Amino acid sequence: MTRQRLISMLGSYGVVLALLLLVLFGWARYDYFLGFFNITSVLRYNSMFALVALGMCFVIMTGGIDLSVGSTAALGSVVAALASPQGALVGLGAGVGAGLCVGLINAILVTRLKIMPFVATLAMMLAASGTALLLADNQSVSVSYESGFTSIGQDNFLGFPIPAWIAIVAYVVGWIVLNFTSTGRGVLAVGGNEDATRLMGLPADRIKFLVYFASGGLAGLAGVILASQFGAGQPIEGVGWELFAIAAVVVGGTLLTGGVGSVGATLAGVLLLGILFNVLNFENGKGWISLSAYWQSVIRGLFLLVVVILQAKLSSRGSVAVRDY
Amino acid sequence: MTDTARQQRISRPFDPFDFMARYGTLIALALLILFNFAFTRNFATMQTLNVNLTQVCTIVIVAVGMTLVIATGGIDLSVGSLMAISGALAPMIFLGKIVPIDNVALAVAAAMIIAVGVAGLFGLFNGWLIARFRIQPIVATLVLFIAGRGIAQVLTNGNLQTFRVPQFQWIGLGRLFGIPVQVVLMVLLVIAAAWMLKRTVFGRQILAIGGNERAAELSGIAVSRVKLVVYTISGLCAGIAGLVVIAINSSSDANLVGMGMELDAIAAVAVGGTLLSGGKATIIGTLLGAMTIQLVRYTLLANGVPDAAALVVKAGIIVLAVWIQQHGRRA
Repeated sequence: MTRQRLISMLGSYGVVLALLLLVLFGWARYDYFLGFFNITSVLRYNSMFALVALGMCFVIMTGGIDLSVGSTAALGSVVAALASPQGALVGLGAGVGAGLCVGLINAILVTRLKIMPFVATLAMMLAASGTALLLADNQSVSVSYESGFTSIGQDNFLGFPIPAWIAIVAYVVGWIVLNFTSTGRGVLAVGGNEDATRLMGLPADRIKFLVYFASGGLAGLAGVILASQFGAGQPIEGVGWELFAIAAVVVGGTLLTGGVGSVGATLAGVLLLGILFNVLNFENGKGWISLSAYWQSVIRGLFLLVVVILQAKLSSRGSVAVRDY
Repeated sequence: MTDTARQQRISRPFDPFDFMARYGTLIALALLILFNFAFTRNFATMQTLNVNLTQVCTIVIVAVGMTLVIATGGIDLSVGSLMAISGALAPMIFLGKIVPIDNVALAVAAAMIIAVGVAGLFGLFNGWLIARFRIQPIVATLVLFIAGRGIAQVLTNGNLQTFRVPQFQWIGLGRLFGIPVQVVLMVLLVIAAAWMLKRTVFGRQILAIGGNERAAELSGIAVSRVKLVVYTISGLCAGIAGLVVIAINSSSDANLVGMGMELDAIAAVAVGGTLLSGGKATIIGTLLGAMTIQLVRYTLLANGVPDAAALVVKAGIIVLAVWIQQHGRRA
């Protein structure tokens, strides 16, 4: 077993274990923690982050980064809200399409113009945010309540929130693509060693193109859910989503240098960060402590700190072991 | 330079990309100023100069630290949050919320030193994570990006702190020989950093690490120490910028101070011609880059283009600048 594989396995099992412990803690301590209402509302809310993190996970596995996902989601929500009077599916398509447009530009900047992903997606973050504000005229855009657009975010299907279904389908597709298609294997190959991938004749640029394109589309989809869940397209939402997504991906054991990663562990990372906030709310409700919502980001930051230090420790110890053999 | 090298240099044909990579920012700035003289009403006034300079100051101060960090091949995402921390701490101290201090001058001095010092310590913490654990800078500084603003909000309980303390607000509203104090501060910082990068051993070590970290380490450079210092400097710069912002506003809102500053600073550095992969940096370029972005925004706003469209234009400028520089290097 190679060092990187070991780290990623420890990372993925670690995050699943931590998630289980947190859920057990919540179940033992709070009456309604595993109640239907709490579970569905946590899933409904976090499905947006899950979609964004899935795209980010693929981009990071190629060794890149996508900083534009937050404002792309905002743009998607605005476009979807503007298109929602034409019908639920039109709204959905328009929001995803807007996200795909941003993804397309990112992909061209990174693969054709060879601009560093960090800079290219940073620029697109500004551009998408500016476009969203222009389209929305600097205010939130109410969605149409007649066309059934809001049911995408607010209704249930088989007793389960529709956004959660969307996220589940996306993750299953992502898992299959990563593990059972040549493109998915290519994603990891590009992240592991791009030059070697090219020399082996794999279409490195096409793979990179696809991940940025998909990341944009997923962010647009998250924007659609945002708009229909809260009844409005919100041009200033999505600030900091990209960093939340990166944190979730890192907590899930995916290395930011690329080449290693897991779709399932990313989902666990999203849920872990989301449920942490949920537990904090319950704890406040108990009245023993009263932590303001501001503690949420401090605790998330500390959590990320612990994870990255653990990852660093493991990887440095691993490298020594490799040298021995 | 040997003769052959000189000959090669002379015989090299004129390359527009290389030329633009070297002087593009300067030319863009000059063109913008000319355009404004011609088309923007009331451009050639002291007030315009003042507005633009005071707005660009905080970005430049942060971007100076960011340039040094990027020169080592790193990045600092935490600067905006550190501004919020320093901006939250200072009023708590000079308003006597922690320990009552009778002497106003003493309170203000303590507030400035402690607030900037704490931001520096957080910068040191970033450097420690990066040097000691070899965590990628983007992840290591992400920790404080997330937690830092939370710390500032917890400190102030999310409340707006308003104040009217002329002794403190001097750094945002005062004037020295007719020049706004924060502009003087900015110029001093730019000169000091540019001198350090060009003329001191430490400056050369920063660039060596950014160029090839392994080679730098093997040639005896204390890589960890240099990184610690560089991230500390970035934290200190962010701390100073935080004070300037709250002094101008006469209030400190932990939710807003320094919001998005990391992106503005990185954009200024990139447009200024510093390589984002490290190894080549220019402080003066960063100053010009920040001014160009500011002037573009001002030009658009003064001519009736909405702020949101200015964002899109800014994105275009960043991409264009980086693209030209990459071509210039390859040629």
